[in-house]
Amino acid sequence: MKAYEAIVIGSSAGGLHALKTLFKGLKPGFNIPIIIAQHLSPHSENYMAQFLDQLNTIKVKEADEREKIKAGYAYIAPPNFHLLIENDRTFSLTVEEKVNYARPSIDILFETAADVFHQKLIGIILTGANHDGANGIKKIQLFGGFTIAQNPGSAESDAMPKAAIKTGNVLKIMELDEIADFLNSLDS
Amino acid sequence: MANSEYLNRDDSILQLEMDLLLEAVFKQYGYDFRDYNKAHVKRRLVYRMHQLNLESLSELQHKVLYQPQILSLVLKDLSINVTEMYRDPAFYSCLRKEVIPILRTYPFLRIWHAGCATGEEVYSFAILLKEEGLYDRAQIYATDFNTEVLETAKKGIYPISKIKAYTLNYQDAGGKNSFSDFYTARYDAALFDPVLKKNIVFAEHNLVTDSVFAETHLIICRNVLIYFNRSLQNKVLELFKDSLIKGGFLGLGSKENIMFSTVQDQFSITNPNEKIFQKKIL
Repeated sequence: MKAYEAIVIGSSAGGLHALKTLFKGLKPGFNIPIIIAQHLSPHSENYMAQFLDQLNTIKVKEADEREKIKAGYAYIAPPNFHLLIENDRTFSLTVEEKVNYARPSIDILFETAADVFHQKLIGIILTGANHDGANGIKKIQLFGGFTIAQNPGSAESDAMPKAAIKTGNVLKIMELDEIADFLNSLDS
Repeated sequence: MANSEYLNRDDSILQLEMDLLLEAVFKQYGYDFRDYNKAHVKRRLVYRMHQLNLESLSELQHKVLYQPQILSLVLKDLSINVTEMYRDPAFYSCLRKEVIPILRTYPFLRIWHAGCATGEEVYSFAILLKEEGLYDRAQIYATDFNTEVLETAKKGIYPISKIKAYTLNYQDAGGKNSFSDFYTARYDAALFDPVLKKNIVFAEHNLVTDSVFAETHLIICRNVLIYFNRSLQNKVLELFKDSLIKGGFLGLGSKENIMFSTVQDQFSITNPNEKIFQKKIL
């Protein structure tokens, strides 16, 4: 089995709850870095990172500019910034125009992650009420990475996983607990 | 060629083409993007390539060299021109509370907005200076490398559709008046009071290639450094340090920092959350 080096997750409306369920399902010491673009109000503080961190499965923090991506961590894009991944596996941030009405944009995170991790990347689209992330999923799959969408039928908001699935580039549709089990099985 | 097909090409070739294009832009025109963060530059250039229906960045390079109007598009793509009035209101209330009282002790003030883009933050701070009674003793420099955005900044006209959000920001930033006192609404535009411009000089200045600016008391440069790699960040921070008087202030964007930079020891932290620093006196 090939070793995955990073997991990118895009979520929007209903995302906090979905991420909570997903993170609770991860085994302690889960080691593949996770990078999340969750649409948030531009004025929200980094409560999300704290909230997920308190679940005590994996260390969760807001991604800092120029920070090196490390195993055993989950990173969340800061509100009102786009989060990008550089070739040296550090984060960079931008404030360029919103993409798909969103900043952070899931597409920007996914596309730059695909550039760096190629086939060693997993892209996951969770609940959301827009179409962000569909282009990103496409690129991840074209670059040989693995792509997953949350089952729209049980997602709090089905538009985003549906849009990703519609591209034809989603390889697996799963429930949240199945995603957690799948990720656990990859991390040995 | 389809978008995805190009992107799927050997990444090392794409990197090479990008480096060559940036080198060409620098050598021919003097604009230096070589030390910008690559992921962002790549996205912007590939976007422009697709908009122009070109097949590669090498082709874009050819166009940039032979057609000045294509250069101006690329400059626009690579310049950072997304801004708003009182972006991060807490930053402005912090300036008001922690920096203004010290600026008040100087008989004359020089303030530099570096990388001011379309000028929203320049007018924001000019209003704040007015309200604090310091405007008349201030000389304000608003600079950017992109002459097109500077033209917009000079006009001081912004879409009326944004005024509602700006008004909320103004209030959150501790504004003392009614925000509408500062602009005239006409059709779909808000024209900011020309008296705000009296002491502002709009000028072309490139942080990457130009040198020390002036002996300033306050430099505001927000969300510009995040686009630069570490060595360019250091270079620009050194430039800021050399352009400030002892005891002068530096205000950066919420995700920018002087920690771990080469000037770290030469500044003290005025407010860690709002990223306001003061050049040490000794």
